[in-house]
Amino acid sequence: MKKIISCMFVIVSMLSPLVMAEQVNLYSARKEALIKPLLDKFTQQTGISVNLVTGKADNLITRLKSEGKYSPADLLLTTDVGRLYRAKQQGLTQVISESEAIAKLPNNFRDEQGHWLGLSLRARPIMASADVVAAQSITTLEDLTKPEWKGRVCIRSSSNIYNQSMVASLITQLGESATEEWVNGLVKNFARPPQGGDRDQIKAVAAGLCDVAIANTYYLAGMLSSDDETTKQQAKKVKVIWPNQADRGAHINISGVALAKNAPNKAAAVKLIDFLLSEESQLWYAKTNHEYPVLAGIPRSELLQSFGTFKTEQVPLGKLGELNAAAVQMMDRAGWK
Amino acid sequence: MKQINWFRNWFNVWFVGIAFGCLILAAPIGLVFASVFFPQTEIWQHLYSTVLTDYVVNSLVLAFGVGFIVIVIGTILAWCIARYEFAGRKQLQWLILLPMAMPAYIIAYTYTGLLDFAGPIQTLLRETFNWQYGDYYFPEIRSLLGAIIMLSLVLYPYVYMLARTAFSEQPASLEEVSRSLGVSPSQHLFKVVLPLARPAILMGAALAMMEAFADYGTVQYFGLSTFTTGIFRTWFGLGNGLAAAQLAAMLTSFVVLLLILEYLSRRKIRYYFQGQKAQQVARQQLTGRKVFWVPFICLIPVFFGFILPVLQLFTWALKTYSKQLTSEFWLLLWNSFYLAAIAAITAVLLALLFAYGKRLNPIKPIQILVGIVNLGYAVPGTVIAIGAMISLSWIDIQVNTLTESWFDLSVGLVFSGSLFALILVYSSRFLAVAMHNIDTGLARVKPSMDDAARSLGYRPLQILRTIHVPLMKTSVLSALLLVFVDVLKELPATLILRPFNFNTLTVRAFELASDERLMDAALPALAIVSVGILPVILLTMLMDKPSQLSSQVK
Repeated sequence: MKKIISCMFVIVSMLSPLVMAEQVNLYSARKEALIKPLLDKFTQQTGISVNLVTGKADNLITRLKSEGKYSPADLLLTTDVGRLYRAKQQGLTQVISESEAIAKLPNNFRDEQGHWLGLSLRARPIMASADVVAAQSITTLEDLTKPEWKGRVCIRSSSNIYNQSMVASLITQLGESATEEWVNGLVKNFARPPQGGDRDQIKAVAAGLCDVAIANTYYLAGMLSSDDETTKQQAKKVKVIWPNQADRGAHINISGVALAKNAPNKAAAVKLIDFLLSEESQLWYAKTNHEYPVLAGIPRSELLQSFGTFKTEQVPLGKLGELNAAAVQMMDRAGWK
Repeated sequence: MKQINWFRNWFNVWFVGIAFGCLILAAPIGLVFASVFFPQTEIWQHLYSTVLTDYVVNSLVLAFGVGFIVIVIGTILAWCIARYEFAGRKQLQWLILLPMAMPAYIIAYTYTGLLDFAGPIQTLLRETFNWQYGDYYFPEIRSLLGAIIMLSLVLYPYVYMLARTAFSEQPASLEEVSRSLGVSPSQHLFKVVLPLARPAILMGAALAMMEAFADYGTVQYFGLSTFTTGIFRTWFGLGNGLAAAQLAAMLTSFVVLLLILEYLSRRKIRYYFQGQKAQQVARQQLTGRKVFWVPFICLIPVFFGFILPVLQLFTWALKTYSKQLTSEFWLLLWNSFYLAAIAAITAVLLALLFAYGKRLNPIKPIQILVGIVNLGYAVPGTVIAIGAMISLSWIDIQVNTLTESWFDLSVGLVFSGSLFALILVYSSRFLAVAMHNIDTGLARVKPSMDDAARSLGYRPLQILRTIHVPLMKTSVLSALLLVFVDVLKELPATLILRPFNFNTLTVRAFELASDERLMDAALPALAIVSVGILPVILLTMLMDKPSQLSSQVK
C-alpha cells in the first residue's frame, strides 16, 4: 500500500512542472508585460525556464511567508524598496552571495547584508505646466508648500507606495517635525482631493486644473511615447523640474529583487539576478518602461535624456521601508486622503 | 429515547456533510474574525482619531446609495418587462441584463476616461466655449456619488432579475380579486403587488449592497476612503495585518446587520404559490405615447451601463489590438472561461447541498452555519484570499511533513499552490449568490409537496431529483450563470492565489489598467464583457419561460 502511494506521489511530482530540470520560480510585483520579455530572453540564452506569478508585493510576501519552507519561490521582485525591506524584516530572504554583478552596484542601491538589490531606478520629480510655471519659480520640494502655490498642486492618494516612500525619505533627511510641516503645507496647497494615478496628475496639469504635480518620470515618458495622439499632446504640455538639485537631490526609488530564504533553485536564481543586472537588461528597462538603470555608464534612451540629468538623494534605501508606517500615520494626520 | 431522537436529529449525514463543507468554506472568514482576540490598541487609537469616521460613513453611504438606486431602477424595469407588451420588449429584456457582464472597476475606468477634466467631453466643452478651469461646473466623476452611480449601473440587474420573476409569477387571480373588491390599479400595485414582491426586491438589493461593501477596484481608483481601501492601507501602509483583519471583521459585521434586517423584514411573510393552475397575468398591450416612452426608459440604464462604456472600450481597443491580440490572448480567454465554469458548478452544487440540508433539518445550528458561509460575499476578495492562503498553506505544510516522514518525499503545495485554492475562494465568496437564487427557488416549493412525497415512500435524494430539480431548474441555472459571471469578473483573489504561469483576462486587464495603460487594457476588458454576455443571454432565454415550470407540476 505504501509503495503504491509513494509511486503515485512520484508520478504526481513528475507531472508537476515545478520539479523539471533547471528553472527559477519568480514572485513578481512587476507586471507581466514589464518583465516577461526579459525572462524569455534569459530562457533563450541559458535554457533555464522561468515560472512567473505576478501580484501585489504585499500579497506575494504574505504568500511567501505562509508557504514557509515549502515555498517554491526563488526570487521576489518588487517595484519599491519598502517591500524588499519588509520581506527581509520578516525573515523571508537570504544573502545573495554568489552574484558577481552585485559588486558593481552603488552601496545605497543594495541591502547592507546583501539580501536584496536594486534593478532599476525610478525618479519622482515635480512636473509643471510648461506654459504657466516659470523656469526658476520652483527649485525644491519645500517650495511647493509656499502660499503662492495654494490650490495649484496635484498629487495622488497617500495610499500609494510612491508617496509613502517619498515622505519616509523626507523623514530620514529632514526629521519628523520638519517633514510633518511639509506634509501639512502640501495638503493645504492641493488643487483637489487626491484621486487617480500618476498619469491623471500629469493630465490634470496639462488641462490646467493644477499647475504642478508630483509623479514618476516613466509615466510621463509612457504618455510621450503613447500611440494615442491626445495623450501625447497632453504630455507635451508638461515639463520635468528636478527638485533640490542644490542640496539633497531628487527623490528616487528602486525596483529590486530579493533571494527567498528557502529558494529551491538558488544557483539558477542567482544566474537570473546577474542577467537582470547585465547591460542588455539595464538597457531594456530604459527602453521598454523608461526607467533609469542602476548601473553607472549605461546609456539612457533619448526620451530619458530629454528630461535632463539630475542629482539623486543619497539615502540608504532600506530606511524608506523602516519609516513607511510613520509616513502613513503622518499623512493620515494631515488629512492627505 | 429522547436522547436517541436528539442524536438522530442532529448527527445525520446531512448535518455532518454540511458542517464539514461549512467548516472548510468558512475557515478564511473565521480567520478574519479570530483577529479580534489580538487587540491593537495603538493603531485603533490612531485610526479612530484620524480616518475611521471616513471609512464608516463612506462605506455606509456607498452601500445604501447603491441599494436605493438599484431598487428604483431594477423594480421599474422589472415591472415594465413583466407586465407590459410593447415593440422591442423581446430585445430589451436581454439588453437590460448586459451591464452584469461589466466589471465595476472597468466601467469606472471608462467613465473616468470620458468625463474626467482632461477627458474628451470636458475638453470639447472648454474648446467650444473657450472656458478655463473654474469657469464652469462639471460634476466630478471621481467622487462618492460617482462611485454609487458606477456600481448601481452594473448591479441593478440583481434586483431586476429577482423582481421580474416575482412580478411574473404572481397569479392573475390576485388582480382579479383586487378588481372585484373595488381596489384601484395603483392601490393594487402598492398594497398587493409590491408587498408580495418585497422579499425578492430586498434580496436583490442586499446582494448589490454586499457587492458595494466589498468593492475595492472602483473606490480605490476614485481615491475614496472606505473600509476596503482602509483595510489595505492599514495592512500594507501601516504594516499591521491584525488591525486590517479587525477592520475587515467590522465591515463584515455591518453586513451581518444588513442581512438580519433583510431577514426580519421578510420573516413574517412567507408566500407559497400553488404549484398548479396559477394562471399568469397577461401582459398589458401598451397604447398611445406609452409605446415610445416605456422602451425609452428601459433603454436608459442599458445605454449608460453597457452601450456607452463598450463603445468607449471598442474605440480604445481598435487602437491597441495589434499589440494585445497575441496567441497568448486566446489562452487567457480559455483560462478565464474554464475557471469560471468549474467554480460555478462547484458553488451551485454546494448551494444545493446546503439549501436542501437546511430544509430537511430546519434546526438552528445548520441555519447559523450556512448563514456564516453566506457572509463570504461581503468580505473583500483579498481578505478571503489571504485567509484561504494562510489556512491552505498550513494544511500543505502538514501534508508535506507527513509525506516526508513516511516516504521521504515532499509533494509540494498541492492545495495552496494549485487551482484548488482559487475554486475554494470563489465558492466561499460567491456561495451567497447561488444560495439566494436556490433559496428563493426552494422557498416557492410548498413543504407539503415534500411531505406528500415522503409519505409515498420517496427518499430525500429522490425528492430532490424528481420534484425539486425540475421545479427549480430556472433558479439553479440562474445561480450557475450568476456565479459564472461573478467569477469571470473576480479580480483580487485570482490575482493573489493563481498558480505559476496562469493568467486570466481580468488579471491582464487589471495589470494594464493599474499601470495606467487604459487603452491597452481595453481589449482584455472587452473580452471579459463578451464572454460574460453569453451566459447573460442564456439567462434571459430561461427567464422568459417561467410558465413552463409551473405547468410541469401537475
